[in-house]
Amino acid sequence: MSIDRRKFMKVSGLTALALAGGKGINVLAQEDSTSVAAPKTGSFETPLTAKRWAMVCDLSKCREKEGCDVCIKACHERHNVPDFGNPKDEIKWIWKEHFEHAFHGQEHEYITDEIRHTNVPLLCNHCDNPPCTRVCPTEATWKRESDGIVMMDWHRCIGCRYCVVACPYGSRSFNWRDPRPHIEKIDESFPTRTRGVVEKCTFCEERLAKGLLPACVEACPAKALAFGDLEDPESEVRALLREHFTIRRRPELGTAPEIFYIV
Amino acid sequence: MIEKALSGNKQYWGWIALLVTTIAVAAYTYIRYQYQIGLGITGLSRDVTWGFYIAQFTFMVGVAASAVMVVLPYYLHNYKEFGKITILGEFIAVASVIMCMTFIFVDMGQPFRITNVFLYPSPHSLMFWDTVVLFGYLVLNVLISRVTLTAERKGIAPPGWIKPIIILSIPWAFSIHTVTAFLYSGLAARPFWLTAILAPRFLASAFATGPALLILLVLILRKFTKFDAGREPVQKLAIIATYAMAVNVFFVLMEVFTAIYSNIPEHMAHFQYLFVGIEGHATYVGWMWTSVILAVVSLILLFNPKTRRNESILVVACIAVVLSLWIDKGLAMVIAGFVPTVLGHVVDYIPTLPELLISLGIYAMGALLVTVFYKMTLSVRHQLRTEGYK
Repeated sequence: MSIDRRKFMKVSGLTALALAGGKGINVLAQEDSTSVAAPKTGSFETPLTAKRWAMVCDLSKCREKEGCDVCIKACHERHNVPDFGNPKDEIKWIWKEHFEHAFHGQEHEYITDEIRHTNVPLLCNHCDNPPCTRVCPTEATWKRESDGIVMMDWHRCIGCRYCVVACPYGSRSFNWRDPRPHIEKIDESFPTRTRGVVEKCTFCEERLAKGLLPACVEACPAKALAFGDLEDPESEVRALLREHFTIRRRPELGTAPEIFYIV
Repeated sequence: MIEKALSGNKQYWGWIALLVTTIAVAAYTYIRYQYQIGLGITGLSRDVTWGFYIAQFTFMVGVAASAVMVVLPYYLHNYKEFGKITILGEFIAVASVIMCMTFIFVDMGQPFRITNVFLYPSPHSLMFWDTVVLFGYLVLNVLISRVTLTAERKGIAPPGWIKPIIILSIPWAFSIHTVTAFLYSGLAARPFWLTAILAPRFLASAFATGPALLILLVLILRKFTKFDAGREPVQKLAIIATYAMAVNVFFVLMEVFTAIYSNIPEHMAHFQYLFVGIEGHATYVGWMWTSVILAVVSLILLFNPKTRRNESILVVACIAVVLSLWIDKGLAMVIAGFVPTVLGHVVDYIPTLPELLISLGIYAMGALLVTVFYKMTLSVRHQLRTEGYK
C-alpha cells in the first residue's frame, strides 16, 4: 500500500478541515460508533482475567448434599467428556473421592465419620510448579504465564502419557479409545478429542474468555466452590483463605497446587 | 555386505521364516487392531498408564548399553581376547536400540505425531533427552560396527578416526541407561522410582543381562555355525556377569532396606504389592519370588568357580540371570510404580494377548536383525579364512 505525496497532502488537508469544524468531528464520531456496534450477533462480554486463578472448595458446604454430582455433570457435559462406563477407559476432569484417597496419607483411624465419608471434589490443581508440563516432550501442555492455567494442546499431544505418570493427583486422563461414540450429547461449541491424546480440566479457560465462571463453580447448588484471583487481596478466594484454615493435596511435593480445601 | 545374509542352509532359513512370521503376526495385530481401536486394546488403564511396552523398552535399553562391557575392555584395556566378539556386542546394541524405538512407537497414542518431539524440542523433558541419546547411540554403533567390519573384510586396520568415536561410545552407553533411569527417578509423584540408586541399579542389571545374553549367543553360534569365540572370552564375560549380578542384588537390597526400615507407607506399599500383595491383589507375587530364586541360583552357580567353568552349567546360570532380571525390570519395575496409585487405590494390570503378540513381534525383529548382522560378520570371517583377503 503506497500513498503518494499529493494524495497524502489532500487527505491530511481534508482531515484538518474536518477537524476545524465541529460538524466534521461529529461525522467521524458517528462513523466510529457504528463500526463498534455493527456485529451484534457475537458475544463480546469482557473476559474474566486474573494474575493467578485459584479455587477454594468448602467441603462443609459440599457435604450438605449427599451424593451430589452436579459439578461433575456440568463440567463433563460442557466439555464433551465421554462416559465409557468402566474404570479402565475412564476419562474425568472433575470427580469425587473419599477423604482417605483425596488426602492420601492424612487420614487416620479416629478421624470423624463426617470427614471420613466426605466425597471430595478433585480436579486439576493448576499447580504453580506443575510436574506434568515439565515432563512433556512436545510442549503440548504448559502453564499459561498470564494467569497460571495449565493448558493442553490436543493437536500436538503425541500420547506418550508421561504427564499422566508425573501428575501426583491423578488429574489427567488418556483417550484409550475413540471418545466420540461415548459422548451422550455432543456440545458443538467445544471440541471433542481424538483417541490417543491426554486431556484434563482447563479451569474453563474458554468460558473465562467469554466472561463466564468455570462450569463447576457456576453449577454448584451449595456454592461450595469459589473461584478467583489469588494475587488480588480483595478477591473472594483470598477472603476465604483469610477466614479459614485450608489444606491442599500433597503440598510437600513442591508442586504448589492452587485448589484449596476448607475441611 | 547384506548379500552375505542371503545364503544359508535349511536351518538358517527355517529360523528366518519363523522370525518373519512372528513379525508379520505382530504387524497385523498392530495395524489392524491396536492402530484402529487405540491403546485400549492393551491392559493399560487410567491408573496403570505405562506397562509392558515401556517395561520392554527399559529392559532393552539395558541390553543396548551392555555392549560397553565388551567394547571397554577391548579398546580401553587392550583386552585382545574380546577382539572376535566386540562386533557381536555392537550388533546387539544396534538391534536393541532399534527395538527400544519400536517399543516406544507402539506405545504412543498418536504415533505419527512422534516427529513433534523434534519439531518442538523440550530440553526440560527427560523424554526429549532420552530420544537424543538413543538416536546418538544408534548412529555411533552403526558407524563403528560398519567401519570395523569393512576394515576386517579388507584385511586392514580400522581407520584412525574411528578410535575417538569408539571411545565416545563408552560414556554414551552409560548415558543411555542413566537418562532412561532419570525418566522414572525424577518424578515426585512416584515414590517407588524416586530413588537415587535407580540409575546405578539399571546399569548393574544391564551389565549382568548383556554379558549373560552374549555368552548364550556365542555358545549358540558355536553349536550351529563354524564360529567359535573360544573359551577365554566366555569365561571373562561370565566374571563380568557375576559381579554385575552381585552388585545388582546388593542395590536391590539397599532399596528394600530403605523402604522397609524407614517405614514410610508410600515407599513400602510398592514392595508389599510386589512380594506379598495388597488387599488380595497379588498378580506379580509368584513372578517376584521366581525372580529372587533365579537370582540366588545364578549367583551360586556363577561365584562357584567349578560350576562357572563348566559351560553347560554356565548356560543354566546365564538363563537364570536373564530371566531373573527380565522379571525385575521387564515386568515389575514399571508396573509397581503405578500400584498402589497416587490416590492409594490398588488396581491390577495384566498385559493382553495383542499387547504380548506385538511385543513378541518386536523381539522377533530384534532377533532377525541380530541374525542378519551375525550372519554377515561370520560370512566375512569365513571368506577371509578360506579365500584370504580381497
